[in-house]
Amino acid sequence: MTELAPAPSAAVAARAPRSQWRDVWDQFRTHRGALFGLLVFGAIVLFTVIGPSLWTLDPKFIAIRARDLGMGADHPFGTDQLGRDIFARMMAGGRVSLAVGLTAMTLSICLGTLIGVVAGYFRRLEGPLMRLTDLFLALPLLPLLLVMVMLFRESLARRFGPETGIFLLIVVAIGITSWMQTARIVRGEVLALKEREFVLAARSIGTPPRRMILRHILPNVLSPILVSATLGIATAIITESALSFLGLGFPPDFPTWGRLLFDGVDYLQQDPERVIWPGVFISLTVLSVNFIGDGLRDALDPRIRGR
Amino acid sequence: MRLKTALWGAVALGAFAPAAALAERGSDGQVNIIYWQAPSILNPYLSGGTKDIEAASMVIEPLARYDQNGVLVPYLAAEIPTVENGGVTPDLTAITWKLKPGLVWSDGSPVTTADVVFTYEYCTHPEGGCAQLSKFDGVSAVEAVDDLTLKITFERPTPVPYGPFTGGQGPVIQKAQFANCLGAAAPGCTDANFKPVGTGPFRVTDFRPNDVIQMEANPNYRDPAKPAFATVTFKGGGDAAAAGRAVLETGEFDYAWNLQLAPSVIQGMVAAGKGQAVSAFGTLVERIETNLTDPSPDLAEGERSTLKHPHPFLSDPLVRKALSMAIDRELLVEVGYGQAGRPTCTIVPSPPNYASTRTDCFAQDMAGANALLDQAGWVRGADGVRVKDGRRLAILYQTSTNAVRQDFQALVKQWWTELGAEVELKNVSASVFFGGDPGSPDTFQKFYADVEMYANNFDGTDPQNYLANYRCGNEPRPETGWQGENMNRYCDPAYDALLDELARTANFEERGRIARQLAEMLTVDSYVVIPLVDRGRVSAHSNSLGGVVLNTWDSELWNVADWYRIK
Amino acid sequence: MLTYTLRRLLTAVPTLIFISFVIFLLLELAPGDPLADQPLTIPAEVRERMRTAMGLDAPAHVRYWKWLVQFVWIEPQVILDGWLGTGLAAGEERILSWQFRAPVFDIIWQRIPQTLNVVGIAYLVGVGIALPIGIVSAYRQYSWFDQIGTFVSMVGFSVPTFFTGVLFIVIFSVKLGWFPSIYDTTLRVTDWSSFLRQVSQMIMPVAVLALYNAAQISRFMRSSMLDNLNQDYVRTARAKGMAEGTVVLVHVLRNSLIPVVTVIALGVPTIFAGAIITEQVFKVNGLGQLLITAIQANDLPMVQTLAFVFAGLIITFNLVADVIYGILDPRIRYD
Repeated sequence: MTELAPAPSAAVAARAPRSQWRDVWDQFRTHRGALFGLLVFGAIVLFTVIGPSLWTLDPKFIAIRARDLGMGADHPFGTDQLGRDIFARMMAGGRVSLAVGLTAMTLSICLGTLIGVVAGYFRRLEGPLMRLTDLFLALPLLPLLLVMVMLFRESLARRFGPETGIFLLIVVAIGITSWMQTARIVRGEVLALKEREFVLAARSIGTPPRRMILRHILPNVLSPILVSATLGIATAIITESALSFLGLGFPPDFPTWGRLLFDGVDYLQQDPERVIWPGVFISLTVLSVNFIGDGLRDALDPRIRGR
Repeated sequence: MRLKTALWGAVALGAFAPAAALAERGSDGQVNIIYWQAPSILNPYLSGGTKDIEAASMVIEPLARYDQNGVLVPYLAAEIPTVENGGVTPDLTAITWKLKPGLVWSDGSPVTTADVVFTYEYCTHPEGGCAQLSKFDGVSAVEAVDDLTLKITFERPTPVPYGPFTGGQGPVIQKAQFANCLGAAAPGCTDANFKPVGTGPFRVTDFRPNDVIQMEANPNYRDPAKPAFATVTFKGGGDAAAAGRAVLETGEFDYAWNLQLAPSVIQGMVAAGKGQAVSAFGTLVERIETNLTDPSPDLAEGERSTLKHPHPFLSDPLVRKALSMAIDRELLVEVGYGQAGRPTCTIVPSPPNYASTRTDCFAQDMAGANALLDQAGWVRGADGVRVKDGRRLAILYQTSTNAVRQDFQALVKQWWTELGAEVELKNVSASVFFGGDPGSPDTFQKFYADVEMYANNFDGTDPQNYLANYRCGNEPRPETGWQGENMNRYCDPAYDALLDELARTANFEERGRIARQLAEMLTVDSYVVIPLVDRGRVSAHSNSLGGVVLNTWDSELWNVADWYRIK
Repeated sequence: MLTYTLRRLLTAVPTLIFISFVIFLLLELAPGDPLADQPLTIPAEVRERMRTAMGLDAPAHVRYWKWLVQFVWIEPQVILDGWLGTGLAAGEERILSWQFRAPVFDIIWQRIPQTLNVVGIAYLVGVGIALPIGIVSAYRQYSWFDQIGTFVSMVGFSVPTFFTGVLFIVIFSVKLGWFPSIYDTTLRVTDWSSFLRQVSQMIMPVAVLALYNAAQISRFMRSSMLDNLNQDYVRTARAKGMAEGTVVLVHVLRNSLIPVVTVIALGVPTIFAGAIITEQVFKVNGLGQLLITAIQANDLPMVQTLAFVFAGLIITFNLVADVIYGILDPRIRYD
């Protein structure tokens, strides 16, 4: 065994050292859906980040004589009931929706995974953590959000400025009210994984818990986590709009995709494009993230990567 | 705009003209009514919500109702008592009502003045928590002279003695049914509260709170030919758009209440050809109230928005006037209310005797507004925001969550920004904003903002109590648990003196003059209140439903007995 | 497993009481006033007396204790009275809603049928189509079936029901006139024609909700199947010459069900919580509409009771899920 070992490693060295992440990327590249998803997602991000500097109409500017216009050269997506340019509003709204969607999802997934893994792996912590999960599942959401907003809105707005303050509040509010499903799923998987042979083997050679979790458990619960993450973005974008609608979120003239969609529903028959565009952008975002997730999952699975 | 409004009025009257054909009770089958706010109880004494009062108005009736012009018409009473016909004493301290003879409840038992006296006892019971208690303000006694004669005595001369037992808020309930429901027992009487025995054209067969009410024609209704409909389904819930769609586009329902929708949306629905929208005006005014006290969060809790600290710039009438001048009210109406709104400069737009006719605020005058601010010493800084004595013209503008209000906010923000103000918008869920929870910073009473927008109106046709809201001392403050109606914290001894004069004056024309002057003191003279839109009511009915006369002075369903099916 | 279940059931009691206390505190703290929807023309002192009549002037701990006693002591007696015809709870004050001034449980019983009909059936349909779609999508990964399934489920999940619901109404009620846009809760199924009417008014809300549920569950099913299809035991089973159907539908499926069971079990209590938006859009007026209107009206006894019933269901079904884990994978040990 020891004699044979140098030969292949020498061959690898000759081909320049390959990191694990390089392998992952190579595999990811061969996944057509994932590349496509990455492309679309990149385009959406560019649209919202670079877009406003190319399309300089102010999303909040009211041109009342130009209201309820359909799609045209001056206003590619038309205008709303106050004559605001929907194209500009989509860009401005996308920036907020994407930021809220991604951060809130990340927060909720991290929290859910952490609680799920700890509860599944350490038997002593299982009871309290799962009862905590039950508690959060049982709390009525709306009063909880009302209380959070009442307690923290003003102090956050004063410390971080009104917009950043509310952004933080919304992200945290969505994050801490949506981690429970992930936690329950991860815990269920960990309970099963913990008894598998490779985990028993690793434990029997004295692998410390931290290493066990990071090297053996986490990679194996990745796929449900990725699914949760994809679905989580959609939920976060929509929840944000519900919060703003209730007056718990951003100021009312601040566009977000969810809000544009919500406001447009009443005009579904007169101006269908007012709901179509935000709907398309939310769906595209979620679809592209889903494909990226698929690609990542395949790329991170060593059994597939080899083939 | 004006012409259109007039035309709509004509349409509403036209619908009434062919008056119910020679019908027979119950011959027109079923009528479906949808209210997007669902009734939760049918006892107006336990809930003052419009939905509850209007649903109950099909079943229980007052002595008299207001018609579409705000004129009292007798219902259970034989006639309207006046000083002239001897029903009201010349010193205005007592009123005597006569019931129509031969009235019976839907269970067949006779209606007597004992029921009316009982209604008074029911509502004024100290433990009852009656929502209509203020209807009996100043009443010292209600007595039955005989079975058909009722005498109400007041503590002091009352120029308008028609408060008790009139309108949707004052129906007569049956003594036999509610006898055991006095005071603390009131909420426990679920059956009585859900299925009151009444004198109205319909009686309840099934009540599902916040969902649906089923009714049938009252076999003992006083007019043997009415109602034309045998059964009613009264559905609740959803939103205004869905209710409008169900009447105007799918034709599933015959009548939809209060379509608070953008005018273009209603037009689109009417275009489907299944029904029509009707509108009528009352006393509801959408307004911006200015805060005369400082709402700054730097002040200690308990001192914010109290008379201890006057507002840094809104206490200056020039600034308030400039803010009002920058607003284009015609445009607001066009965007938000269409046929159901008209610009106004007063908070008492009706009845004509009390309504100020001044229209000085209608024209938007940006140049004039800018000049006023220049004159007041507000200088534009580098970023375009005006500054005076190191203080920026920064305005926090709050209102409740409602699509039209958010559109208004955006429009007004744009105008004020043009004027050199920095405007931050805030919307609060209506259940928090209009709730009086002293623990919440977001209620309209606490007014932790510079200006706030909402709509308010008054019951009946006399604005005295409404104007008294702005009396000094009536402002919400920590000592009163933030209760009170004087949101602006307005305090003017001259105003209070004039209010006292109004309370002493009996002459109708004189009362009108004083009331107009009071309303003008608050609005066009000082702009403490910036009135925006006189808001009418838009409801919709199907083309096959006849007899609908929209009424904003009483329940919308006030004449449901006259409704019929157009064949 | 049995001792574990018993232990969990025993700990559920203090947990539930603790949860009810937290819910009460939360509702106490939340801003709002049961009189918020009363017109502004009602003066402040009248409002104060209305609050007193609702019992709001009593201190918080007194109100909590009263609610708890009514819930665990008086209401069960009322149920017994209903079954046995006894008069145990006669004269006792039940939990009264502030909006309706009627016993909270009477209204809840009234609402359960339509919620179970619409939301429950939508859930069954959702699960019923999600599982096969998830399985086939995983087995034929990246086939056209999988791609379409992915597309539909992602769009189905990311477009909110307040939009799909209205879209369905505009297409099928307004334009085509096939289905009613307003659900009739008073309809009783007595014969074939009333059954057809019931079906036609249920189709749209059920479709909207089922799409939403199926989207989510099929994604978890697919990803979990994919994980297992590449495991060594699958190769071993195939190498042993086991039929492909048995390999996939027995071995792989069983091992893939843990996350799916979790998601389904989390979804069952939400059936009873109703589907707030869908119920509003189609005017189904079930438990979801009851909860949201109670929250908006700050009807605390109603919200507290509903939230607590909901908490009980969550604890029960999470326990059920944990028991099913043990059946699916006997290696899982809880003790």
